[in-house]
Amino acid sequence: MIPRAISILLLVFIAVCPVSAQEAERLVVLTHDSFAMTEEVLAAFEAESGVSVEILRSGDAGQMVNQAILSKNNPLGDLLYGVDNTFLSRALAAEIFAPYESPVLEFVREGFLPDDSFRVTPIDFGDVCLNYDIAYFESNELELPESLSDLTKAEYRGLLVAENPATSSPGLAFLLATIAEFGAEGDYNYLDYWQDLAANDLLVVDGWTDAYYGEFMVTGRESGTRPLVVSYASSPPAEVYYSEDPDAGAITGAIVGDNMCFRQVEYVGILAGATNEAAARLFVDFMLSPAFQEELPLNMFVFPVREDIMLPAVFAEHALIPENPAFVEPADIEANREDWVQAWMEVMLR
Amino acid sequence: MMRRARQLWVIVFFIPLAFLGLFYAYPLLSIFDVSLRPAGILDLSAFVRLLSSDYYIGTLLFTVYQAALSTVVTLVLATPCAFVFARYQFRGKTLLLSLATLPFVLPTVVVALAFATLLGKDGTLNDLLMAFFTLESTPIQLERSLAMIIIAHVFYNFAVALRIMTSYWSSLGFRVEEAARCLGADELALWRDIRLPLIRPAMLSAGVLVFIFSFTSFGVILILGGIRFATLEVQIYYQAVNMFNLPLAAALSLVQILSMLFMMMIYTSTQKRLQLTLASSAAVAKRPRTLLERLCVSLCVALIAVLLFAPLLALVVRSVLVAGQLDLANFASLVEKSRGSLLFIAPIESVFNSLRFALIAMCAALSLGLIASYMIERRGRWSRLLDPLFMLPLATSAVTLGFGFIIALDEPPLNLRASWLIIPISHTLVALPFVIRSVLPSLRAIPASLREAARTLGAKPVDALLTIDLPLLGRGIAVGATFAFTVSMGEFGASLFVAQRESVTIPVVIYRLLGDPGFASYRQSLAMSVLLMLVCASGFVIIERLRIAGVGEF
Repeated sequence: MIPRAISILLLVFIAVCPVSAQEAERLVVLTHDSFAMTEEVLAAFEAESGVSVEILRSGDAGQMVNQAILSKNNPLGDLLYGVDNTFLSRALAAEIFAPYESPVLEFVREGFLPDDSFRVTPIDFGDVCLNYDIAYFESNELELPESLSDLTKAEYRGLLVAENPATSSPGLAFLLATIAEFGAEGDYNYLDYWQDLAANDLLVVDGWTDAYYGEFMVTGRESGTRPLVVSYASSPPAEVYYSEDPDAGAITGAIVGDNMCFRQVEYVGILAGATNEAAARLFVDFMLSPAFQEELPLNMFVFPVREDIMLPAVFAEHALIPENPAFVEPADIEANREDWVQAWMEVMLR
Repeated sequence: MMRRARQLWVIVFFIPLAFLGLFYAYPLLSIFDVSLRPAGILDLSAFVRLLSSDYYIGTLLFTVYQAALSTVVTLVLATPCAFVFARYQFRGKTLLLSLATLPFVLPTVVVALAFATLLGKDGTLNDLLMAFFTLESTPIQLERSLAMIIIAHVFYNFAVALRIMTSYWSSLGFRVEEAARCLGADELALWRDIRLPLIRPAMLSAGVLVFIFSFTSFGVILILGGIRFATLEVQIYYQAVNMFNLPLAAALSLVQILSMLFMMMIYTSTQKRLQLTLASSAAVAKRPRTLLERLCVSLCVALIAVLLFAPLLALVVRSVLVAGQLDLANFASLVEKSRGSLLFIAPIESVFNSLRFALIAMCAALSLGLIASYMIERRGRWSRLLDPLFMLPLATSAVTLGFGFIIALDEPPLNLRASWLIIPISHTLVALPFVIRSVLPSLRAIPASLREAARTLGAKPVDALLTIDLPLLGRGIAVGATFAFTVSMGEFGASLFVAQRESVTIPVVIYRLLGDPGFASYRQSLAMSVLLMLVCASGFVIIERLRIAGVGEF
């Protein structure tokens, strides 16, 4: 028993030591745990640039940003990809990024750069929207809600399930949409709206998985009881993509009316103090290249930030992109997040 | 010669402490330092905010309350079962004991789905009751209630209590009980005067684990409890990750750790008074003969079937049935790499990754845990402090410790931030308390006279260890090994921090699949959960075989 313990500890130390030996041409990309990309595409980048890339997942988006801030003086990697507009201000305020103006930026859709400091580069976006069960709405001859206010009407009573903004990223996004629509102050503000939603038998659960797979109703499968759920505009095409019979068409849809969705933009930034800044810049350009942008939809179910990219067929056919999503300034989000969520909790949990 | 042997022992004894110091205390103190002394000056305003807020006091009280309730219910159900399992021999007993550990390995999201299938509004139980009693409305409405939280905690922890108590009871034997019975004691008196006092050390030992586990509950509270309930652990995560309010998160973590230490102090002082040293005897489990005895055995098996196996079965059924039809396509798809994507491996490959980490963590936790148990058992002035010390990792928020790793272990030679080693290390930290709790009661029950007798007869200390202690500890070690293995198989927080292919474990695959919209990935995640159970069940059977082969029944 005892020699084994010693040998294990020795092994630990032997195995740990080589980790410290870093090669020069290695690029470490810090990202969140939903990151996905095709191996061949990355291999092509590595072959072309002579840089070997290591992907370091670091929990969810919030955990990742916090880790990057905590390790500011000794960065975990060279790049951070996946910080979105709800966490952007926190990262910018902590000054973890080194500015870089990519030459490929000209292809990026208008209005996606957060400011003119070039500390971060937009890569992709996704909209948090209501999803609905098509069969339910058809068989009950129910019209789709055309605004957030509609959801408080009697015909949508008991139909909606949403996520807790304190614990869920789409939950927070939807809360922000209601703040953009009804305001944080005033006679009828977002809190009044949420109270009306609650009075209309809204169900709030803690996470997306529980809401989508536990409570959301999809006719024809073992599922929940509510035909409206807060999810993503890309969920319906993903449903088709992953269904056993993709030719059967869509079974769910997204509602993308004006001011009904909240857009999450994901950015990449070069970490200040990166050991391999030149390679990091190459990687930023690569993330904006067609090869990377084209495969965003099917790998991460987000939309490319470049306008000139062809969407895959299943997205072209089934995906809706809201024209006028709700908007809240990133700085406002960071400054008020705690108060907004706290006030929401007090109202909703009373 | 003697001197050198002594020195060696001292060094060996310090290995578990060094492990704890390096991989637990150092990172934790680093993050507390950063959080509470941001500008080099100690800032305790977070504590003031904490203690002056009804909300946080309420959270603390609720955390304690639900943990205490979960512990009591678990112990009340598990104690009679442990007695029956130790006392009677019946077919399938060992297997049943092993399988009872299965819930422990399942991710909360998956368990929540299984519970919904059974106890939900449209669940099996409600359907049955409505059909049977021709009811109009659903009789059982447990969704997002305190009752659901307690049921889930019992589901997770029942095996912890059952196995620790059964192994202890078996190693005690039933001589005293039989003597009392000969003297005319009835069943009630037997329970009151003999059985409960005898089992109390193991009961408390298990109770402490169950309490801490429920105390730091996270997923169960979030998913099954819904948004109305929050424990300290939930608050810590919220403050640390979403709000990045590190001072408040650190203050909450400290409160959590201190409450746990307080609990442990009470436990340590009571268990010292309660510990009885009994000559261990062979556990003669007998066949149930009378009708009453048979009834007891059947009731226990039925309880385990309903409490533990019904949800597991619901999960299996859900994974193979599509609209009432048997469909195994999603199992078949587990062997292929579903996408050409980086970091996506064929799900089946994750089984090997999981097994590798589980084996490393199990060996490490067993070695360190046994040494630690001997340290604690020596009963010196310091050893009383050691027991709570090794329990600390269980009571520490994973997020807090994770951030600690990031800032503390960032320089060579200990740059672990991107290393796969962080996975077995963190698994070992969590598994260690389980090994200690499983081994300690039996270790304490070994009378010193046995070892002294062996020494007098000329046995070297090592021989005494091998021939006296090891056989008597065999059951406890096997239980500890099972839990260490299970903890590692089911844990996923640490595996998410590291990206290499070899770090993608089964729970990571399950979470990934559940994060994607699309029914196929949902069904694959169910299939993966069933696979996780199968792999664990096989592991249990092998551990049990090894025990019997290596140690033998005493």
